[in-house]
Amino acid sequence: MPITVNCFATLAQYSPPGGQMDIAPGMTTGKLVDLLGIPRDGVKILFVNGLRVDLDAPLKDGDRVGMFPAVAGG
Amino acid sequence: MSRLLRIDTSKQTYSFDPMGAYEGLGGRALSSRLVSREVPPTCHPLGAKNKLVLATGMVTGRPAGSSGRLSVGAKSPLTGGIKESNVGGSFAQRLARLDLMGVVLEGKPEAGSAPVTIIIGKNDVTFEDASDLRYLGTYETVKRLMAKHGEKASVLCVGPAGDTCRQNASIQVADPNGRPARAAGRGGMGAVMGSKGVKAVVIVESGSSPAIADKDAFKAAAKRWVEIIKGHPVTAEALPNLGTAVLVNILNEAGGLPTKNFRSGRFDNAGDISGEKIAELIKARGGEVKEGCHAGCIIQCSQAFHDKEGKYLTSGFEYETVWGFGSNILVKDIDDIAMLDRLCDDLGLDTIETANAMAMAMEAGLVAWGDGKGAIELLKSVYDPKSPMGRIIGGGTNYVAQAYGIDRVPVVKNQAMPAYDPRAVKGVGITYATTPMGADHTAGYSVAQNILGVGGNVNPLTKDGQVELSKALQIATAAIDASGFCLFVAFAVLDTPDGVECMSNMIQAAYGKPFTADDFINLGKSILKDEFAFNAAAGFTAAHDQLPEFMSETLPPHNVTWDFTTEEMQAVKAV
Repeated sequence: MPITVNCFATLAQYSPPGGQMDIAPGMTTGKLVDLLGIPRDGVKILFVNGLRVDLDAPLKDGDRVGMFPAVAGG
Repeated sequence: MSRLLRIDTSKQTYSFDPMGAYEGLGGRALSSRLVSREVPPTCHPLGAKNKLVLATGMVTGRPAGSSGRLSVGAKSPLTGGIKESNVGGSFAQRLARLDLMGVVLEGKPEAGSAPVTIIIGKNDVTFEDASDLRYLGTYETVKRLMAKHGEKASVLCVGPAGDTCRQNASIQVADPNGRPARAAGRGGMGAVMGSKGVKAVVIVESGSSPAIADKDAFKAAAKRWVEIIKGHPVTAEALPNLGTAVLVNILNEAGGLPTKNFRSGRFDNAGDISGEKIAELIKARGGEVKEGCHAGCIIQCSQAFHDKEGKYLTSGFEYETVWGFGSNILVKDIDDIAMLDRLCDDLGLDTIETANAMAMAMEAGLVAWGDGKGAIELLKSVYDPKSPMGRIIGGGTNYVAQAYGIDRVPVVKNQAMPAYDPRAVKGVGITYATTPMGADHTAGYSVAQNILGVGGNVNPLTKDGQVELSKALQIATAAIDASGFCLFVAFAVLDTPDGVECMSNMIQAAYGKPFTADDFINLGKSILKDEFAFNAAAGFTAAHDQLPEFMSETLPPHNVTWDFTTEEMQAVKAV
């Protein structure tokens, strides 16, 4: 099933081409992080459709995933 | 011995006084205490009774990393309440090296008097005619003053906006490269300085490091301090490598990036104005990805942004500015946004207030949404002291809205809201509503726990815990603003068990008097008490602690509204 995945800041190199991916139904966010080759402790903030989730959140068709390392500013 | 320099701008006299009742205070503790004790709360902010305080932090000037902040205080012409605007640059450290905790500009010269530049020496003050600098941009002003007084001169000044007392005027402080890119931006402090006929303040003497009572204890605490700041991924990596605009993408993902005057929490072109994009351009054009705004900064979140020709254009190009002139007005060309930042610094205008004023101009149809070039041309009108349009734009967000009959006005206590939509980042909304400063994110940066997962986690979209969070952060922030440390140290401190203790240890060692982590928190509370009391006496009530009416509209993508009553938020003020 298709999802949108964007990795930001120092994780940008792990973004799939065009931000699009096809994954197995029911895959969790943690498994997605593994699939992209990102060390799990490198992901500080994970969003699915703009909501913060942990590494055990199941993904659905058409989800928008955003991954960040530790960032701040202001 | 620490001293206070009082300058009477009406008579051009001065005195170096003992600290007296203000002994032991610095930064925001000094500026807010002095304003709350000596400025009549109901006075006209541009009149002779207002006082402008330039206060250096409690540990500033000593070898403690990232401690070079200056607190600028007065009654604000923008909000009508007390104001503390905190700024980097070289000036605070140079004040400290003359054993000065603060400079107080008092009185007001007669109408028609020539503006002056104030030169502060070790034990004397001179007043130079600044007629040739009036209406000049801050970059040229600093250049001329450094040419005259030497490369080592430290300068702060106002631009054309401050010269003409526009209520959104900033005070610009030169950084170690002599660039006036650091702004005491918020609340019109430049208008207060301009009202006193002061174009610039210059420190020529290099002085010497202020006293440290217990050198060994200070050294040990300062060493631990470096470990804390250099050991946290935000202060050690994210801020120096990507600058503060690294926030564009994360606020966009979280649905809290205000877009088109707070109509949406997402901007389709966020990637074009992101910190990642800016860092890429800086590298390609030969700028500086990381820079300290003052000597001894161990975070280095600033940068030097070059234009397409590879020439320096601006620095201190912050997230707030990038948002304000970016998604807020639908501009996606980062070079246009950088030019608007440069113009604000040169004109001496707060970027947050100016960007929201520009949104009002777009609501009014003066410039089309997304027209960066049009925004640049409109902003340039502020250079001309005779331009009515320049006067209106320089008056700030609500001033433009009132001139054009706009009712979608993103202000609290007449000060414009920063770069986090309070409906989707509710904790910072509490801060906007309740801080004595008017809408201000820095006064209690709940974004850390709401969005960034720093210092804990609090759901940004629900009401639970937000009031308590904002209150705790407002107290801690006030204390940090007094210490002289940059507020960005808080990202590391909040995640480090001995962070507050380490800062307290440096204060204790500097002054040789017991100062615990509890004292640090109590200092923060005492500052807020002074500020709330001033505002109450100036006429502010609970009714002023609310966000604008249009915040009851739903904000996509989360379709959330602002749902706090003023009563629910009053607990913040019981400090």
